[in-house]
Amino acid sequence: MSQEELVVERARRSFQTGRSKPLEFRLQQLRRLQSFLKERQEDIKDALQKDLGKSGCASELYELLVVEAELQLSLTRLAEWAAPRPVEKNLFTLSDEVYVRPEPLGVVLIVGPWNYPWSLTLLPLVGAIAAGNAAIVKPSEISSTSSTVIKQLLPLYLDKDLYQVVEGGVPETQQLLKQRFDHIFYTGSTAVGKLVMEAAAPHLTPVTLELGGKSPCYIDKDCDIRIACRRITWAKLINCGQTCIAPDFILCEPSVQNRVVEEIRRCVKEFYADSPKTSDDYGRIINQRQFKRIVGLMEGCTIAFGGDADESQGYIGPTVLKNVTGDSRVMQEEIFGPLLPIVTVQSVDEAIHFINEREKPLALYVFSHNAKLIEKVLAETSSGALVANDCIVHFLDSALPFGGVGHSGMGRYRGRHTFDQLSNLRSCMIKQLKMEGLNSMRYPPHSTKKLGWARRFLLSQLNVQKLRNMAMLAMLTCLAAFVVQSANQCWHHRRIIYWKLVHEACPAYCLVPKAIILLRIISSKAASFTQTTALSLRDNVFLSRKPAHTSTLLLITQHASLPLVEGLLCSAVPALKLSSRCRSSAAGVQSGPSLYWSKHFIFVLM
Amino acid sequence: MERQLLQRAKEAFVSGRARPLEFRLQQLHALQRMILEKETEISTALKQDINRSQYDTPLLELIGIENEIKLAIEKLAQWAAPRPVEKNLFTISDEVYIQPEPLGVVLIIGAWNYPWALTLIPLVGAIAAGNAAVVKPSELSECSSLLLHALLPRYLDKDLYPVVTGGVSETQQLLRLRFDHIFYTGGSTAGKLVMEAAARHLTPVTLELGGKSPCYIDKDCDVRTACRRVTWGKFVNCGQTCIAPDYILCEPCIQGQVVEFIRQTLLEFYGADPKCSPDYSRIINQQHFSRIMSLMEGYTPVVGGQSDSSQCYIAPTVLKDVPPHSRLMQEEIFGPVLPIVTVSDMEDAINFINEREKPLALYIFCSDQKAIKRMIEETTSGGVTVNDVMMHYTVSSLPFGGVGQSGMGRYHGKHTFDQLSHQRACLIRSLKMERVNLARYPPQDRRRARRVRMALRSPLIDMSKRTLIWAVVATILGIGLFITLLVILLIAAGLNCTCWYWRGFYN
Repeated sequence: MSQEELVVERARRSFQTGRSKPLEFRLQQLRRLQSFLKERQEDIKDALQKDLGKSGCASELYELLVVEAELQLSLTRLAEWAAPRPVEKNLFTLSDEVYVRPEPLGVVLIVGPWNYPWSLTLLPLVGAIAAGNAAIVKPSEISSTSSTVIKQLLPLYLDKDLYQVVEGGVPETQQLLKQRFDHIFYTGSTAVGKLVMEAAAPHLTPVTLELGGKSPCYIDKDCDIRIACRRITWAKLINCGQTCIAPDFILCEPSVQNRVVEEIRRCVKEFYADSPKTSDDYGRIINQRQFKRIVGLMEGCTIAFGGDADESQGYIGPTVLKNVTGDSRVMQEEIFGPLLPIVTVQSVDEAIHFINEREKPLALYVFSHNAKLIEKVLAETSSGALVANDCIVHFLDSALPFGGVGHSGMGRYRGRHTFDQLSNLRSCMIKQLKMEGLNSMRYPPHSTKKLGWARRFLLSQLNVQKLRNMAMLAMLTCLAAFVVQSANQCWHHRRIIYWKLVHEACPAYCLVPKAIILLRIISSKAASFTQTTALSLRDNVFLSRKPAHTSTLLLITQHASLPLVEGLLCSAVPALKLSSRCRSSAAGVQSGPSLYWSKHFIFVLM
Repeated sequence: MERQLLQRAKEAFVSGRARPLEFRLQQLHALQRMILEKETEISTALKQDINRSQYDTPLLELIGIENEIKLAIEKLAQWAAPRPVEKNLFTISDEVYIQPEPLGVVLIIGAWNYPWALTLIPLVGAIAAGNAAVVKPSELSECSSLLLHALLPRYLDKDLYPVVTGGVSETQQLLRLRFDHIFYTGGSTAGKLVMEAAARHLTPVTLELGGKSPCYIDKDCDVRTACRRVTWGKFVNCGQTCIAPDYILCEPCIQGQVVEFIRQTLLEFYGADPKCSPDYSRIINQQHFSRIMSLMEGYTPVVGGQSDSSQCYIAPTVLKDVPPHSRLMQEEIFGPVLPIVTVSDMEDAINFINEREKPLALYIFCSDQKAIKRMIEETTSGGVTVNDVMMHYTVSSLPFGGVGQSGMGRYHGKHTFDQLSHQRACLIRSLKMERVNLARYPPQDRRRARRVRMALRSPLIDMSKRTLIWAVVATILGIGLFITLLVILLIAAGLNCTCWYWRGFYN
């Protein structure tokens, strides 16, 4: 048995004991991982400094923060994610329990890349732990210091059997890929991605591939080019251009090319002072091979600025290439270094065409003030993600699924998406052994009659959600009607008392205060209007002995508001409809408008 | 030939005419019309292929497809709309959403056991998601395959949805081409080949494979009803169903009862001689016939066991006391043979299931809620139905698919749409507020890092309408409470309105 076999066997056996399943265990492991990041921050930063020349702040900003945010999110949301998710029912399954239950898959292999050796290795691990899986972590051998630190320190914090770290280069990875896993999560290049998927096929292992690609960046000529260039320069030069979602090349119209170059030059100066080589914030190329490849890409291009390189340090200065054509070498492969070619296009249509001619990128960036233009680019292109007016930041948002399409990868992750990706979403349906009579329509011997029944039943798939909403609405309207009715009763008595009070307090000629009080009685509550129906007859008689002004006033208010309330009542309960219509006809009000209102009312509620 | 078809489909897709929702709806309506108008032809084709009863075809396949189309037509606008996601402090002023997008050209490889449902349900999803699709029905169900080839172009767009008929060599040809998604339904062995072929182009795959779906019958449940349901599920379509219960697990004490009830139910369903029953199907071809016959070798059937190779007929057969490591228990049976394996208790049954590959479905017949919960928790499978068989397939809100050797990817209803769409993350920001971004630009220092940390670690907020309503209501309530408190405080402080009144303020 090779070492890799033993590792997987050990992880599988401890997964089978079921101890990674309870939520408390997962939460505890996540908390351990959190304290690992907090306590070992210095070790991590040192490793990154050695591997990629990242400064302490940059390490914290681009590597650790994302993982911390993800851990925080997982810790607070895990119970919600892992709970069974009820789904919509139909008429057939009304009495059953129907839900989707997320379950751990088993042993997950996580193969990390070297450009962000911590975040891109630990983010999937957070998801694997949260989903209750066991995991084998294989950090990239190219960022060797980080790999060693992970190997040494992770077992001190996490369960040693469930979450193991395997170090090694290509042969070890090949050995690992021969083993059977329940999911493989690979972050890296397209070429290796294919090999990973091919290796997964014999075991039918699902894969998540986070690959790269040439992410285009289109700058509209009417946008604020200064700010656009700032954001692009920042995104391109983080980690010395070795970011899978860094803008790979710029597409812009020839008229703005020089301005773009100028602005980028200014930003480089602002960010890294006069010499990026001595700046703490500027990274280095990972190794000699990559260095040679990147320097080779520059050949034959017009360098607008930069282009300086120092092989001994793996340093390549921020470089912008001008007037690059689509068929030059730098446009054929992912650059993954601090070179920024500018390709000129005549219009946004040409830019879209340029993008569609190539493989689907991992990210697409558009800078424009024009919402229509952004909409157009969104609709006519395809990419893993689209960000307008900024670069890279979609990776920081754990609510957005992160992943590629076509050659830039498959599968999505971040936050809840990682959890779902590394879980088996098992559909569960729990029925009763009763009501066997209902089933006879599916049992043989068949007949036309049985089929008719089945058709009627299965095709009339009533949406239960809708039914529930309707029932709720009906109940609410009933309740409203009830409230209105009882309010009526109260107001009825009160009003007569009020009226008597008014009548006695003010002499018959004090029309104005009388009218005001009357108005207040009537208009104080919408509910009180309804009583006018019931009482209108009596009131009219009652008021007819009083001065004409008041009685007209009352009648006007009454007639204006009646249909609305009537409508409410009519739509609430059909039984009420009849009685209220009788009442309104008794009061001499046409039932025409009330019917109109009831229809309108139902329409509004729908 | 295949290459040209793909080229045509790709060109038609690139022209963008599959994208507008109206077009998708129109195609879905056309498909619906096809199912309604050609029901008799479809039933006849299946009668010829596997002698399936004319009633079973609508019941098992067509109603399901119709439902799926109806659902897609009804919900398409909702599915295809951008889906806003939660925001945090960092993205609070931006538009953040997931936009479902068509993938491109999808290859759909159908299976022969349900040649219509397993081919057309993915197609419904592909059309709904705005993809082009190359449909490859199985060559084993020949009549259905030819009928589909003849019918589909008459109802749907010819360029976008071509049908390719043919056998293994044509399929291999197809798999060499580059698609944007491959949807395969069939056996595990072929599934591996499909995935390997897809790996070369980095094409995502959905594999709907099979597996031995166990069926556990608890001794305390209503065994008679349980056996009725199992018998129907097992022998419908002559056992050639990927989610049919493959074998029964039960305790020795009820084994005799189970056999007896199945015998009774069979008599009721198919009469004394199933061969003459119009409702009992046949095995698809000689090769499968001899495979199933060889699986039965060495056992004495307690029920059935008759066969007729000229008609590819195998009677409903039940085998008792099958040892767990026999050949019958190693591969998917896919025929009307039902082995009963005895286990000592539920614990034993769980171990038995967990020792084997993860099945596509698991059936539990039990009346004890706790035991059901335990069994679900301690095993794994693509789907579970308790106290019935295969019914989880009929609920389109449940994702259908396997895990491990039983497949990958989920479909049905919205899940098909999602499976055949690319969920593109969209973040629309503005070029303003550049000062906020200062924190992330170099030269970096501790203070800036702290600021970014705060924004990133802020909790995610659901910015949907409901949240807004809650926020407004809460604010109004809060202000109301505040004012009440103020008034109470003022009164307590001695500002008494009534005393103003008595002082003559109002007179």
